[in-house]
Amino acid sequence: MIAHAIFFYVFSVIAVVSAIMVTVSKNTVHSVFFLILDFISISCLFIMIGAEFLGMIMLIVYVGAVAVLFLFVVMMLNVAQQKNQWFVSKDSSRHIPIGLLISVIIFFELIIVIGGWKYKPDLFDSAKSSLENGVSNTHSLGQVLYTDYIHVFQISGMILLIAMIGAIVLTFRQREGVKKQSYLKQISRERNEGVEVLEVASNKGVKIDD
Amino acid sequence: MEYLNIIFQESYKILFLLVPVLVSVAMIVWLDRRVWAFVQKRQGPNVVGPFGLLQSLADALKYIFKEIIIPASSNKVIFILAPIITMTLALIAWAVIPFGLEQVLADINVGILYIFAVSSLGVYGIIMGGWASNSKYPFLGAIRSAAQMVSYEVSIGIIIINVLLCVGSLNLNDIVIAQKEIWFVIPLFPMFVIFFISALAETNRPPFDLPEAEAELVAGYQTEYSGMMYAMFWLGEYANILLMCALGSILFLGGWLTPIDIYPFNLIPGALWLIFKILFLFILFALVKAIVPRYRYDQLMRLGWKIFLPLSLTYVVLTASYLFYFNLLPTI
Repeated sequence: MIAHAIFFYVFSVIAVVSAIMVTVSKNTVHSVFFLILDFISISCLFIMIGAEFLGMIMLIVYVGAVAVLFLFVVMMLNVAQQKNQWFVSKDSSRHIPIGLLISVIIFFELIIVIGGWKYKPDLFDSAKSSLENGVSNTHSLGQVLYTDYIHVFQISGMILLIAMIGAIVLTFRQREGVKKQSYLKQISRERNEGVEVLEVASNKGVKIDD
Repeated sequence: MEYLNIIFQESYKILFLLVPVLVSVAMIVWLDRRVWAFVQKRQGPNVVGPFGLLQSLADALKYIFKEIIIPASSNKVIFILAPIITMTLALIAWAVIPFGLEQVLADINVGILYIFAVSSLGVYGIIMGGWASNSKYPFLGAIRSAAQMVSYEVSIGIIIINVLLCVGSLNLNDIVIAQKEIWFVIPLFPMFVIFFISALAETNRPPFDLPEAEAELVAGYQTEYSGMMYAMFWLGEYANILLMCALGSILFLGGWLTPIDIYPFNLIPGALWLIFKILFLFILFALVKAIVPRYRYDQLMRLGWKIFLPLSLTYVVLTASYLFYFNLLPTI
């Protein structure tokens, strides 16, 4: 048990510290790296409470894909050299009230979730029973997700799909004067279309039409 | 005291896995160069040791004694971290590879997800190296590799789903045992081909070695690295290739199972069979490197998103409906 506690404290300290460093560090690329560290330590915490499927999915989805795209964008925009701090510049301090509002809302949401867990323990009976039956949590998650919560699950999938299509539509634009390559044409090109053998008269040369 | 005992035991086990993996990585580099040379009617490295077997050792010695140069304008911490991360990630994934029914370091429930997660983390070593070098070529290489690895992970993930539909478990040993009747390479042959090509792209092997395309980007993300740090990138890359070969042989070629369960083949231990299969896949990797020219970047993206993704998704639907119709879905 002691080792378990030590590991728990190590990972949670790393998670909290790196979460703070995400907001504090001035270099944007460093913030993304700290965010990745945060994701990793949180997935370690998931694994420690026995939710190995969630932990691995967290690693694959957030660290393996989402954070890569974050890094991609941050590096491409080259905002790494941004010097102005949040509270110094007047321009950015206007966003503080909105940020505070959002954080208060998130705080209350967390309180509701944790409160529900505390005062309505029977909400989590199904999850607990499957753990006790020796079913692996991948199976039990699938059993809950695809039976009781199938509609919520599918609706969230639809929302993600719509968001994806929306993002593509917003950024898609038809550009004029762009030369396109036809792969079919490139692949189906034969030798006798591309190569022509000519008899070249000496000192005359040939005219190549291009 | 008990804790210390456990830690020592586990360390022994880890050493017995890691040292062979590292040695075989060195040997595999030699094999790669030899196969490459033979395809081109050359001899390849054949001077150091018998058949040139010690060539990698000589190379490693050279790397160790070279000076490590850290560019003045680089981000030093991240610059040094990048090869370490590449190497570590390439090695920790071996913890869940089963070499036999009991011969596995960590027999976890979600082994396949673990390997997938670790291989998807592999991109960070490259991005960090490219960004921290603070130079144009490495940066371009890093950006290319980020886009490439994220795209091909999608198709690898869906191919893994295909296999998991037939197995009903995320444990690697269960996946191997499920192939006792028939190796998945036969019913899922198109997926095996796509997996092989995606693995080439995932490990930045030719013909998809655009992150380090020497004609355009010098050496991509490795341009600023020297000495042991370069060697670590290099070892990590080859360890990743071996890992992908191991994953391919576990998912499709029956892992440590014998091809035919009759007398002379039974005697050979399962670990050896797994090694043979890994070697077979690796020689295919090496042959592809020698034969195929490099892809253009837009062709690479098109192959990943427009061909492999729809194909493997369609195959998921096909596999699922076949299993459902004939009532073959694995029971929990």
